[in-house]
Amino acid sequence: MSYISKKTVKKHLFGILIIFSLGGCGGETAVDQATRDGILIIGNTSEPKGLDPHIVSGVLESNIIGSLFEGLVVQHPSQEGVALPGVAEKWYPSNPDRPDEWIFELRKDAKWSDGEPLTAEDFLFAFRRILTPELASDYAFMLFYIRDAEPFHKSQRAYLIFRNDESFPVKWESLKKVDFGPNEKADKKTFNRKGLDHLTAKELETLQATPSHFNWPESVAVEIRELIVSKSLEFAKSGRDLWELINFGATAPNAHTLKVKLNAPLPFLAEITKHYTWFPVPKHVVLEHGTIGERFTDWTKPANLVGNGAFKLKSWRFNDHIEVERNPNYWDADNVGINGIRYLPISNLFTEDRMFYDGLLHITYTLAPELIEYSRTHYPEFVRNELYLGTYFIRTNVTREPFTDPRVRLAFSMALDQEAIIDNVLQGGQKPAGGLVPPFGGYPTSSAVKFDPVAAQKLLAEAGYPGGKGLPDIEFLTTDKESSKATAEAMQAIWKKHLGANIKIKQMEWTSYITNMFDKNYDLAAGGWIGDYMDPLTFLDMWMKDAGNNRTGWSSETFEKLLAEAGQTSDPQARYALLAKAESLFLNERPILPLYWYTRNYLIHPDVKGWDPLLLDNHPYKFLKLQRDTGAMEN
Amino acid sequence: MSEKTPEAGSSLWRDAWLRMGKNKAAMASLGVFTLIVFMCFGVAWFCKDPNAVTLTNKFASPSGEHWMGTDALGRDLFSRILYGGQISILVGLIATAVSVCIGVTYGAVSGFAGGRPDALMMRIVDTLLSIPFLVVVIVLQAVLSVWSSDTSSWIVQHWNWDKTFTDRLTNIVPLFFALGLFGWLTLARIVRAQVMSLKEREFVEAARALGYDRFRILFRHIIPNTLGPTVVYATLTVPGFIMYEATLSFLGLGVEAPNSSWGILIKEGANFMETHPALLIIPGIFFSLTLFSLNFLGDGLRDAFDVKASKD
Amino acid sequence: MFRFILGRLLQGLLVLFALYTITFFLAKAMPGEPFTTEKNVSETTKQYLRKLYGLDKPLPAQYIIYPSKIITDRDFGVSTSKGRPVRDIIAQSFPVSLILGLGAMSFAIGIGIPIGIISAVRKNSWVDWSLMAVAMVGICVPAFTIGPLLQILIAANVPGLKVAGWGNPLDFLLPAFTLGLVSAAYLARLTRGGVLEILSQDFIRTAHAKGLSPTRVILKHGLRGGLLPSVAYLGPAFAAMISGSFIVETIFQVPGMGQHFVNAAISRDEFLLMGVALFFGFLIIMMNLISDILTGILDPRVRIGKAAQ
Repeated sequence: MSYISKKTVKKHLFGILIIFSLGGCGGETAVDQATRDGILIIGNTSEPKGLDPHIVSGVLESNIIGSLFEGLVVQHPSQEGVALPGVAEKWYPSNPDRPDEWIFELRKDAKWSDGEPLTAEDFLFAFRRILTPELASDYAFMLFYIRDAEPFHKSQRAYLIFRNDESFPVKWESLKKVDFGPNEKADKKTFNRKGLDHLTAKELETLQATPSHFNWPESVAVEIRELIVSKSLEFAKSGRDLWELINFGATAPNAHTLKVKLNAPLPFLAEITKHYTWFPVPKHVVLEHGTIGERFTDWTKPANLVGNGAFKLKSWRFNDHIEVERNPNYWDADNVGINGIRYLPISNLFTEDRMFYDGLLHITYTLAPELIEYSRTHYPEFVRNELYLGTYFIRTNVTREPFTDPRVRLAFSMALDQEAIIDNVLQGGQKPAGGLVPPFGGYPTSSAVKFDPVAAQKLLAEAGYPGGKGLPDIEFLTTDKESSKATAEAMQAIWKKHLGANIKIKQMEWTSYITNMFDKNYDLAAGGWIGDYMDPLTFLDMWMKDAGNNRTGWSSETFEKLLAEAGQTSDPQARYALLAKAESLFLNERPILPLYWYTRNYLIHPDVKGWDPLLLDNHPYKFLKLQRDTGAMEN
Repeated sequence: MSEKTPEAGSSLWRDAWLRMGKNKAAMASLGVFTLIVFMCFGVAWFCKDPNAVTLTNKFASPSGEHWMGTDALGRDLFSRILYGGQISILVGLIATAVSVCIGVTYGAVSGFAGGRPDALMMRIVDTLLSIPFLVVVIVLQAVLSVWSSDTSSWIVQHWNWDKTFTDRLTNIVPLFFALGLFGWLTLARIVRAQVMSLKEREFVEAARALGYDRFRILFRHIIPNTLGPTVVYATLTVPGFIMYEATLSFLGLGVEAPNSSWGILIKEGANFMETHPALLIIPGIFFSLTLFSLNFLGDGLRDAFDVKASKD
Repeated sequence: MFRFILGRLLQGLLVLFALYTITFFLAKAMPGEPFTTEKNVSETTKQYLRKLYGLDKPLPAQYIIYPSKIITDRDFGVSTSKGRPVRDIIAQSFPVSLILGLGAMSFAIGIGIPIGIISAVRKNSWVDWSLMAVAMVGICVPAFTIGPLLQILIAANVPGLKVAGWGNPLDFLLPAFTLGLVSAAYLARLTRGGVLEILSQDFIRTAHAKGLSPTRVILKHGLRGGLLPSVAYLGPAFAAMISGSFIVETIFQVPGMGQHFVNAAISRDEFLLMGVALFFGFLIIMMNLISDILTGILDPRVRIGKAAQ
């Protein structure tokens, strides 16, 4: 160090500083470069669990899948509830008065990204694949509208064997009490754990010899039991696939026509096909790397993945980024506005926002609640605040005091100062929830949920807890996010103030939180629901008695009757009226306390053109353009 | 040994106290620390309710009403800091004390024994160091949260204690359990290294020649000489425990919302760095002052008890 | 020496085995399972998934199958939360964590030890107090505050440095600095304490009396003993940097291993959890071994491995 004199250092220091500062203003950011190259850079919150449309179930995965694959129809870039032609050029019900069978005419020039033609066969293969039990798809239920899809996926072997058997002594409906599927609560030593329908030939032989291994209800006669077991055994031994027993609703009269027969009329089937569970997968590629039910194959690796979307997979660097590039074999390739998309899995909200301000991405996944005010004040041109199809609500455990009493539930709901929480804690422009189903075109949105502390106090007194006296400590279950904590604390204070209730906040990490909720180990639990498609049913059918996502212990036969009736109604208006009636009944009993309707707050760079608000946030990337407005200088 | 020279009779404690008195930084730190403790445990009771939410008065600036302003839910920041300090100081000191006791004993015995016993004890430390902490926390939370509410009800029922206080107490126990299980491991290693070096020194040989047994040598001669690094490391672990408590509280294993601690205040405040920095800076200052003073105090204590310090 | 190292490696195997057993039972004791998602998955699907991952077998069988697969096939299982082989995940993330850890260590040693030495030499002066105050920053200001501060103040304004990411060579600087700052503080104080201990000893007085320059005395004689506590601390500290960098990784978007320790536990991803735990155990064993060897070198009187008389 001694031969570099202090003078020399001082002489060059200034020069060094100049070079550093020159880099500052006028230097090109990643976003500048990307806009020029036509690459859209998006924050996508986390590394995807996979890119197989039949295996994943998250929003972030669907963002990527939406660029690699295309379904029968495509979401309109700005109009809700409108479907544009995708792989299907035309679609219509065979009988407009009773839309329980739909025809999709596929375009003849549809191709996979490797040049192979895309036909109706690929759709049939895809439907069968997602319903294949061994694949263990979370989202298979999205296809249960198709005739016979559900019994196949649930492997309802016994039902399928006997339903067309005229010689069967009783009507199958009378066997409803028997659980042929797996029952996790059953005694480990019995076959009820595994479920009769899943027993292997060997196990069935054991059962034949020792009938006591399966718990049948008393009402089922012994001969019936023996008949069921023996026929199941015969089938299991034959090695046939259950697929042969069903009359699957989706068929392909020819290579470019897809016919879908449903269980009930569904006027909004096109909306449902926008979901990635209905996308085609390349039969030739999938089968090259494994069988139809094999889950861990290599077909989604960048070297192998073939899709039919506007883009194809360019690179997948684990935990770093995923990049897709133009697919020249896409039928509408000439009209695709951008050249590629890069997805960055940024999990920390603040980091993502800071990266945006540092010119590293075009669109963020979200905007941290703490930064919403700040961003709106200093950078309003970047901030978007849009309605999102979802509701945030608090589940009540109706099997535990005090929420066994609907008056208490209503009291707690009415004492909830929704606006105070939204304006002061969340600050994301959310809408106070008037009911369960968020507002969207055509459906009569409920306004039954209102803040009315006086009425709440009266109800609580009526229920036997005047001023909150006698109320037990109420456990409020929530996650470990800071925003969840703040919201919970605000509600705790509000309920204490208006009802005199003592809320104990139980924070825990996500899986413990879900597990405790599923086990009904709570009094109140924070939660919410985001719609899968544009119809009130996605918010209502989860409250049926056996619905997996209910978790409150509430059920109502009238409610389910209304839903069933709506399921058979073809006229959209009449159907909405029935669903609204069901929602109204639901809200009168208030097993959940709706708080707000979701909004999405995020940052978007002005270079991105064609990105309009959509309730399901399912933006079709092909309609976007990247353009630098002249005269604007980045800093 | 210098303290036994025939000067005017002066005990070790008196010497130490005199030496401390001359150490300006240490005395100043003692003052600051005492002041903070007094504020948290004395003044706090006269302050506003730290959990009183006023949604319309968020992020208020300091005023006569709220000496340090309010937080994101309109709660008085000053009182939240003081009440939070109770938890953090207790957690920091007690957890440190426990881990020092365990760590020093364990490390000294291991280092002194050497050979097979040392190998075994150190391999146990290696194992414990490698266990993923979060897994332990999640299991503890699942197991102990039930325990803590049951025990709390039992105590309130049978001993008639105040419910809120008992709840807070039983919530803290699992926290200490989690911290105590792992907090002593690195200290044990440090003490062991010291002891391995010390045990080869002449004074140990001399003690052996005098016929002292091993326990006496270890506890009366060797361990006091490890005080230096021990005190230093101990004062360093206090902030670690305080921040860890915040992490655990978010997972349900510590302070139950809406009660706060310094760790929680800092964690929440960090999110407002760009928008309302006071929420981070003010608790941060209390936190830092406490730690600085503990450290200088620790140094002072170590110097004061250092038998070889030259009598300048 | 060779026998000593061999012995330690064999002991290390025992440690790994104990670690495996404890982690296995703890992982099974956590409430919930890997297939818990918000949209409820049917029991049928869950049974298929359990079968797929081998989680439907009885516990003792699972306990034995896992290590045997590692030994025969180097197969650490497939991550339930990431859908990839655990081996690949560790292979991808470890080099990143290594670079981050080495960078952090360099900062920690480069900042902490010199501060510690100077403070010790100038004990109880203003230099001492202010240097100690600076060192303490690493402890008093937690990573989730320093990181964002660096992002806002430095990265946003200095052209070569990005706010977050791990693509360019300079990207490791800010996260490594943030990660290393805590250890710098520990090292500064431990070094100061250790050097003070040594400096007060007689042989130092002798060296001074002999006329050796003060610098020489400190650097040549004082450091050897003075670094003992720091070396003992550094072993687990380095390993902890690799496993505990979760916060730094999320703030700076670094694809390292630290996040897997946290996320695998939360997702109940047993295979990934076990994989990183075992890997981390291996790291701890090696680091503590190196630390002990260094201790023996620094203080030759210390006889590693010999029992007390």
